[in-house]
Amino acid sequence: MKLSGSEIIIQALKKEGVEYIFGYPGGAVLHIYDALFKEKNIKHVLVRHEQGATHAADGYARACGRPGVVLVTSGPGITNCVTGMATAHMDSIPMIVISGQVSRQYVGSDAFQEADATGITRPITKHNFLIDKRESIAEVFKKAFEIATTGRPGPVLIDIPKDLTDPNIKIDFKYPSKVKIRSYKPKKNDKQEKIDQAAKILCSAKKPMIYTGGGIILGNAHKHLYKMVKKLNYPITNTLMGLGGFPATDAQFLGMLGMHGTYEANMAMHDCDVLLAVGARFDDRVTGDTSKFCPNAKIIHIDVDPSSISKIIEVDLSLVGETSLILKSLSKAIELHSKKISKTAIKKWWKQIEKWRDKKCLKYKKSKTIIKPQEVIETLYDITKGNAFVTSDVGQHQMWAAQYYKFDKPNRWINSGGLGTMGFGLPAAMGAKLAFPKSEVVCVTGEASILMCIQELATCLQYMLPIKIVNLNNRYMGMVRQWQEFFYEGRYAMSYMEALPDFCKLSSSFGHVGIQIDKPSELRTKLNEAMKIKNRLVFIDVITDQEENVYPMIKSGKAHNEMHLSPTNEDTELA
Amino acid sequence: MDEKRYILSLLVENEFGSLSRISGLFSARGYNIHCLNVAPTDDESISRMTIVTMCNEQKINQLMRQLDKLVDVVNVQDLTQETHIEREMLLLKLKCNKNQREELKRLVDIFRARIIDVTDATYTIELTGATEKILAFINSIGKIRIVEMVRSGALGISRGNQGLEAK
Repeated sequence: MKLSGSEIIIQALKKEGVEYIFGYPGGAVLHIYDALFKEKNIKHVLVRHEQGATHAADGYARACGRPGVVLVTSGPGITNCVTGMATAHMDSIPMIVISGQVSRQYVGSDAFQEADATGITRPITKHNFLIDKRESIAEVFKKAFEIATTGRPGPVLIDIPKDLTDPNIKIDFKYPSKVKIRSYKPKKNDKQEKIDQAAKILCSAKKPMIYTGGGIILGNAHKHLYKMVKKLNYPITNTLMGLGGFPATDAQFLGMLGMHGTYEANMAMHDCDVLLAVGARFDDRVTGDTSKFCPNAKIIHIDVDPSSISKIIEVDLSLVGETSLILKSLSKAIELHSKKISKTAIKKWWKQIEKWRDKKCLKYKKSKTIIKPQEVIETLYDITKGNAFVTSDVGQHQMWAAQYYKFDKPNRWINSGGLGTMGFGLPAAMGAKLAFPKSEVVCVTGEASILMCIQELATCLQYMLPIKIVNLNNRYMGMVRQWQEFFYEGRYAMSYMEALPDFCKLSSSFGHVGIQIDKPSELRTKLNEAMKIKNRLVFIDVITDQEENVYPMIKSGKAHNEMHLSPTNEDTELA
Repeated sequence: MDEKRYILSLLVENEFGSLSRISGLFSARGYNIHCLNVAPTDDESISRMTIVTMCNEQKINQLMRQLDKLVDVVNVQDLTQETHIEREMLLLKLKCNKNQREELKRLVDIFRARIIDVTDATYTIELTGATEKILAFINSIGKIRIVEMVRSGALGISRGNQGLEAK
C-alpha cells in the first residue's frame, strides 16, 4: 500500500486504536488535517486553546487508561501545549502529542511559526522524536505509543516537518506489529526471593501501614491491592493521586495522607513499624519533614520506576516492576507467611487507630447564613451516590474534593497532583466525558482556576458535552489566601479576585445553563435540580464562605505528627 | 555526605538530541558536569560518553538511575566502582622565547609529551595521561604564558576482560 506521510499518520493512529484526537489546526499540520478529514473512524475534538487539548487528552487517559492523543501546529501550537505536557509528565499519564514543524528546508532559519519543539519539551516528556524522513514515520509512531503506555507511562511528543506530510509523495506503508527498543525494557516483576522477604517483613509487623499512590491506578492493580489489604487486615492510606485505588468507604481506609491528609492517616504513618509503599513517590506534600518521616518503620517500596526507589526516603527493601504483577506475587507469598501475623498486635494497633479516628478531623461547623465549601462536596457526593467522575483544578476546592468525595473506584478522581495546574479541570472533564458519555462528570473548581481555561465552554457546546461544573466561588484564590493568613500575617497580596464575571451569564452566553446557589438552605435542592439536567452543561456557581480554610494541615517542613486541626476541633495544636 | 569525583561511561543512541537530553538531565536535577566527552564507537549507531561529576554517594545512585531511565541511554556504568584506566589529552600552545625553549623541551621529555607545532614565538604541545599528570604538567610550566589550552576531558575504560555492552 502506498501512502503519503499524512495518511501514514492517520493509519498509524487507527492501528493504535485511537478513538479521539484533541487538536487545533494550523499551517504546519494542514496536510494531516486534510487526511484526517477523509477518515471517519477517528473523531477530532476542536478545542479553543492548545492547552485545553492536552488537558482533555489527559483527562481522557486518566478516565479510561488509554493514551490521549493531541494534534497541534508548529510554533505557538506546540508551545501552548507545554503546561499540559508537563502536567501529564508529573502524573505519569500516557499521551501522544503530534506537532507540525516547518518544512525541513526551513528548520533552523527562524521561519514563521517555527519553534524548537523537541528542545522545549525535552524535560517534560518521557521521550520525544523529530521525524527526519518519511520512511521513519510508521516506526516512530509505534515506538511513541510503546514508550507512552508501558513502564511508568508518560507523554511522548512527535514533531513532524510539514514537507514529510506532503499528500503528493507516497511511499510503501506497513505498520510494524512489534518494535524493539534496545535501551528501553521496563521491568515486569522482581525476584521471588525479594518478594518472599517483603512478605516476611509485612507479616511480622505489629503496627503496619500501607501507603499507595497513582501507580495502583495507572498499573490497574486495584483488585490485587484490595485482595491483599483485606487478607492482611492492615490499615491503608492513599495519596492525592492514589484516591480510588482502594475503596474510600471501606473501614480499613484511613483517608488521604500528607499536608491535608487525615489525622488518623498521618498519625499511623508516623507511628508505624512497617510501611509498604506501592506506586507512590514520597512527594514532599506527602512526606513533610523527611528527617522525621516514619521514624520507626522498616520501609518496603514497590514501583515500576527504578529511579523512584530511595530518591527521597532511603528504603529497606525495593521491588521494581508492574504494581499489578508484584502485588499478585506478594499476595501469594503472604499466604505462606500469614500465620506469623500477630492478631493481638494488629488488634491493638487498630484500637489506637480508632482513637485517632475518633478525633473526626474532617468535622467542620455548618452555618445557616453562608455555604461551607465542604458541605457542597458532601452534598455532591450524596446526590451522585459517589459514582461521578470528578475532575478538579488546583487549590482549596481540590483538597476539599479529595477529602469529602469518597472515591470507591479507580480512575474517578482526575486532578493535577504533581504539577498543580490551574485550568486543568474543565478540559479534563471534557476528556472524561468523551471516554464515558453515559457517566456523570463533574468538574469541581474555583472562580480563579476556572477562568484559566474558560474558553473550553465553547468546545463543550460544539460537542454537546453535558458536564456539571461546580464552582466553589469564594472570591479569593483560596489556597493562596490561606497561606497568606497563616504565614504572612493576613496580608492578602493579589489573592483577591476582583472584577469577576457573572458566571451564570457567562455560561449562558456560551450556550449553557448557569445556576447560582448562595443560601445553605437551597444547596441540596438547587444542586439536585442542576444535576438532573442531563443533556446540557450546567455551570453551578456556589457562593461559599470566603475565609474557610483547609484542615487538617501540616505546614511545610513539619512532620506527620505536627498537624493543625480545624479551630472547631478542641485541641488545635498537636505536637 | 561528602562529595566525591565520579567518572561515568555511557553508551547512547547516536541520535538527534541525545546529548542535550543527557546534559539537560544534569542541569534539571542539579548535578554538575566537570567534563564531558562524546564520540562515535565501532558501532555506528552508538556513541560513547564519558562524564566526570562531583557528588555524594546517595546522589550518584539517583543519577545513575535517572540516566538509565532515558530512552536514548543504552547502558551506563560507574567506572569509579571498579579498577579502570583514565586518560586525557591536552593541547597547549605556549608563548616561549629562545631562553625558555630548552627548559620547555626538558619538561616535555620528562612528561613524555610531544611538541607538535613550532613557530618563532610559540610551541604547541600534546600530552596524554591521567588528569593528575595533565595538571602536574600545567603546574610545572611556571611563568611561561599560555596562548591557548584545549583538554579532551577524561576518557575511561575498565580493566579486565569485560567491556561495556549495548544491552
